[in-house]
Amino acid sequence: MSEFTEKLILPDIPNLHQLDVYERHGGYQALRKAMGMKPEEIIEEVKKSNLRGRGGACFPTGMKWSFMPKQSTKPKYLCANGDESEPGTFKDRQIFECNPHLFIEGAIIAAYAMGVTTVYTYIRGEYAKWIAILQKAVDDAYARNYIGKNILGTGFGTEFVIYRGAGAYICGEESALMNSLQGERGYPRVKPPFPAQVGLYGCPTTINNIETIANVPIILNRGAEWYWKIGAPKQPGTLLYGISGHVNKPGVYEFPTGILLTDLIYNYAGGVPGEKKIKAVIPGGSSTMWLRGEEIEGVKMDADSLKAVGTAIGTGGVIVMDEDTDVLKVLARIAHFYHHESCGQCTPCREGCGWMEKILNRFLAGDGTMSDIDLLMDVANNIEGNTICALGDAAAWPVQSVIRKFREEFEARAKKSPTAPKPVTPPHLVTTFDA
Amino acid sequence: MLSKENFEKLERLKSQYPTTKSLSLPVLWMIQEQHGWISPESMQYVADLLQLPVSHVYGVVTFYTMFNTKPVGKYHLQVCTNVSCLLRGGEELLDHICKRLHVKRGEITLDQRFTVTEVECLGSCGTAPMLQANDEYYENLSTEKVERLLDEWSKG
Ligand SMILES: Cc1cc2nc3c(=O)[nH]c(=O)nc-3n(C[C@H](O)[C@H](O)[C@H](O)COP(=O)(O)O)c2cc1C
Ligand code: FES
Repeated sequence: MSEFTEKLILPDIPNLHQLDVYERHGGYQALRKAMGMKPEEIIEEVKKSNLRGRGGACFPTGMKWSFMPKQSTKPKYLCANGDESEPGTFKDRQIFECNPHLFIEGAIIAAYAMGVTTVYTYIRGEYAKWIAILQKAVDDAYARNYIGKNILGTGFGTEFVIYRGAGAYICGEESALMNSLQGERGYPRVKPPFPAQVGLYGCPTTINNIETIANVPIILNRGAEWYWKIGAPKQPGTLLYGISGHVNKPGVYEFPTGILLTDLIYNYAGGVPGEKKIKAVIPGGSSTMWLRGEEIEGVKMDADSLKAVGTAIGTGGVIVMDEDTDVLKVLARIAHFYHHESCGQCTPCREGCGWMEKILNRFLAGDGTMSDIDLLMDVANNIEGNTICALGDAAAWPVQSVIRKFREEFEARAKKSPTAPKPVTPPHLVTTFDA
Repeated sequence: MLSKENFEKLERLKSQYPTTKSLSLPVLWMIQEQHGWISPESMQYVADLLQLPVSHVYGVVTFYTMFNTKPVGKYHLQVCTNVSCLLRGGEELLDHICKRLHVKRGEITLDQRFTVTEVECLGSCGTAPMLQANDEYYENLSTEKVERLLDEWSKG
């Protein structure tokens, strides 16, 4: 078990979502400190902390901030990504509910560091309740001059706007998010140009996940030196692990990066109901490659360790499946999700996701054949890397990994004595009687 | 068609975005809150209000799954059947609700009280299975719990 047990993002403090309580526990001190620093010093501190994005791609946050032009004739924007739609992910919601001011404080510090004039927080439409909680917190912060035209009398000003999505997984992809905020359909954009050059409304923009931003006040309060000693050095800090599926105590758990996956499942989440064995684990949200139950021993939950075993930390959303799980059924459901959520711009994703779902449903219906297994892999391989955004990859990875790791499941389900495919008769040869 | 309050709200929102196009989603949300769905006439209205082509508004409405393009029941039950919910009985829950209300997925009951929709992950995987009724989340459900909820909603 891990030695560092302090909860930095979701501490057990009752009513922390209220501004008074938050202030009493040191809230907005990091903002005061930041306002006494030069913007470049803040970016340097965040770089030194090694903070990496919690939205899925693990991009170094300080580096991302440094891409923003220092001088700009156009306004600069920060988009906080609260779309949270990756199946198995339910952590940002916890920040909105329990510690919204930590996120707001981080966002204002980020805005100051990058010279941002408006912070747009994009939240999925279904989160009506959490949008209301955050709006209340934002209003309170405005009233105490933590947000506004002249923050804490420093002369620096930034606005804070919450935008409600309306049901589309793709709007979590950063460029689709910007288009959605512009009132358009959520179509991802071709990159380059990158958002730091041409982003929201064509202006320099940085997009960060909610949890990423919530780490910023902690780094400023305690210092980068202190922060990067927590957890895995290359991806330090605590992580909000969301664990769901076949465990006794599903939920969000905050622990340092790099804890053992088995500790998370057995010690914190209470193990598998009925003491059953584990058949498979999805380590970081539905887009990440699966692990077989036999593989999870010794696996650590951080970017590098998971990469070493062929998968990724993703959003930290762990999904556990017990020995009785029909993995093909689960995979078919995932394939359905990506097919449904593909925005339709790129042919490989729009068509390929549908084909993958169809082939998988064929197996569920008992109509799959041995050659369908290779066909499925072929379709997945031809989606991967051939689309504007990573939704195509996200759809391909689970399929590829399940074929590789559970091929026997496909084989067992494939037709035992596959009838040779019916020869296709060209239309002009069709006779009046069937052979 | 916007209520007086929503008109005032719209005026306030205008200063938050550099373009009126950004107001597409917020205004469509207001329309849906008032009417429960977004009719072709409403789309024309929003287009005129924001001075945008109606094709743009139609494009936006049909892209986002939460915008209803037909009327929904007083209670719009949205049941998640994605992975984490699937593993904890989301499918069975959905089937149970459909059976009790005599509807198929996506349909509205004859008395227009309920619409039942199958939805993707709602970010509630740790409290699966779950459903969303209008804007409210109902989590850690079982057939008994959902029976009780349906009893209540059938009355009120
Ligand atoms: C299909 C797709 C969906 C995504 N959904 C989300 C999401 O819901 N929330 C999020 O923070 N990032 C999401 N991302 C990642 C974002 O594009 C982006 O990398 C992230 O918000 C950057 O923040 P970070 O650097 O703080 O991690 C998604 C990416 C893709 C390709
Ligand atoms: S899978 Fe149902 S809420 Fe996430």
